[in-house]
Amino acid sequence: MELNGKDSIVFETLPSDSSFGKKTTRFSRYKESLIKLFFTLNGLTALIFIILIFIFLFKEGIKAFSHIGLLDFIYTDRLDINNVVQRVYEWYPTSELARYSLVPLLGGTLLTAIPATIISTIFGVAAGIYLSEIAHPRFREFLKPAIELFAAIPTVVIGFIMLAIGATFFQELLHPSNRLNAFVASMGLSIVIIPIIASLTEDALRSIPVDLRMASYGMGATKWQTISKVILPAAFSGVSASIILGFGRAVGETMIVLMASGNASNMTLDIFKSVRTMTATIAAEMGEVSQGSDHYYALFFIGIVLFIITFVLNLFAEIIIFKMRKKNTF
Amino acid sequence: MKDVKISIKNLNLYYGTKQALKNISLNIPSKQVTAFIGPSGCGKSTFLRTLNRMNDLIDSVNITGEVLIDGIDIYDKSLDVVNLRKRVGMVFQKSNLFPKSVFENLVFGLRLNGIRDKNILLETAETTCKQAAIWDEVKDRLNEPALSLSGGQQQRLCIARALAVKPEILLMDEPASALDPISTAKIEELIHDLKTKYTIVIVTHNMQQAARVSDLTAFFYIGELIEYDKTTKIFTNPSFKQTEDYVTGRFG
Ligand SMILES: Nc1ncnc2c1ncn2[C@@H]1O[C@H](COP(=O)(O)OP(=O)(O)OP(=O)(O)O)[C@@H](O)[C@H]1O
Ligand SMILES: [Mg+2]
Repeated sequence: MELNGKDSIVFETLPSDSSFGKKTTRFSRYKESLIKLFFTLNGLTALIFIILIFIFLFKEGIKAFSHIGLLDFIYTDRLDINNVVQRVYEWYPTSELARYSLVPLLGGTLLTAIPATIISTIFGVAAGIYLSEIAHPRFREFLKPAIELFAAIPTVVIGFIMLAIGATFFQELLHPSNRLNAFVASMGLSIVIIPIIASLTEDALRSIPVDLRMASYGMGATKWQTISKVILPAAFSGVSASIILGFGRAVGETMIVLMASGNASNMTLDIFKSVRTMTATIAAEMGEVSQGSDHYYALFFIGIVLFIITFVLNLFAEIIIFKMRKKNTF
Repeated sequence: MKDVKISIKNLNLYYGTKQALKNISLNIPSKQVTAFIGPSGCGKSTFLRTLNRMNDLIDSVNITGEVLIDGIDIYDKSLDVVNLRKRVGMVFQKSNLFPKSVFENLVFGLRLNGIRDKNILLETAETTCKQAAIWDEVKDRLNEPALSLSGGQQQRLCIARALAVKPEILLMDEPASALDPISTAKIEELIHDLKTKYTIVIVTHNMQQAARVSDLTAFFYIGELIEYDKTTKIFTNPSFKQTEDYVTGRFG
């Protein structure tokens, strides 16, 4: 073979036993595709399950609309004693004139989940920063599992502690209008969510390469400047994802809010009043309801709303992570 | 010899129990270029990091001995390490830009010092980029992510970033390892220019580069300082056989 028209460099052809020419055997190709199939199936199973859950929920959920109109899930118009039309937002599924407004339940969920997420973000992110950047490595190895242990306490135990001890403590401290209220519930939720956010934040911060820290300290940055200007921004997507996941957990948490929130559906923005969340409603009422009744479908519809909320939250977390990764800048 | 800028006395460094630097003593003169050469793993980067206390960030490190800069012991407990690192800038062996824009990388050090004036930031970015021979390549890309630059561009941006805070001493760990001959020549020219104001310590695996840019050369071998002398002497008439073998490429 000649390199170009006039050049005289000549390459010898490869000898026939050269390993470049080696062919794959049929067996190895077969093995490859089996391995691939195995992992593809595993990945698909998760997807198929999600789709099946979706289909089941929506099939049942659609039936809810043939029993109860969409507007009835928001409000009920009824006549008061003076024969004036009153618009009410109430959840009274067992009353003679059943009312199925989800608004107070959604309100209850948000009134417990949002404060819990705010509190947990402050303490969880701070704890994550402490674990990753400040704590001595040997102390961290002991502290991190200890913090994570909190997330592993059965929620019924946390609910009980809040009901029996936490509520009394806050009653004496803050004199709330109801002994069990949204605030007590959100405190209970925080016990579970702080460790989640702390642990995920620590993971996100520690995944920042040591080179970046070196670059920052090498420019004469203080520890705090390095954390706030380099490490936290670089880990922004991971930290936000941890907060969103924490919020998702707060929305989905059942036992703590069932026990500590007072479980009375109130249309209120007062954090010191009893509220009832969507999860607690399903948990408390699903067992006693007769299948196929209006009440049953109403509960089902709550399930769908919860499902959509968590789905959207997760999607949101994914989008943040994806955008950050693509931009790679802040 | 000119004024001594950095004076190292009986320096030992251990990673855990493993000794990486063995009883090193040398004086680095002010406003000169000093090159560290030696085979891979002999401790050049480790030694460079002791000069601005970057080794403090590695938990397992233990250091004995003294490092004096302008006569002041930088390992003194009461010394302000942050201020030390502002005065002793460093360009790392691996480019380590922040996942921020090109511009934000360049002005990072200025922002740390509380400088907000857009004009000063822009001016500094431009001057230092020109010094580091990268201005033409980044002037239209200042707002793009720094990590989208090529490896060699990133390396030069690291140099520009370090220059922006105007350190008195510049430690450069293989600043030209990913550069093409043209950029390398520009960096060497830069080192030559900077010498009038700064004290420069450079680690390099490129013998010709050491010979071209440095006034003094130190040869390290497995944690020991074998020979330290004027660069011309090291490359033409070294006192030790090991040095001669290394600079002539007979082992390494
Ligand atoms: N963080 C660390 N922890 C433990 N040992 C380390 C660490 N960094 C370096 N070492 C060891 O110290 C010795 C010197 O390493 P150093 O990086 O200083 O070498 P070098 O001369 O810069 O090499 P190169 O030319 O390859 O960059 C090596 O044996 C290395 O394995
Ligand atoms: Mg090195």
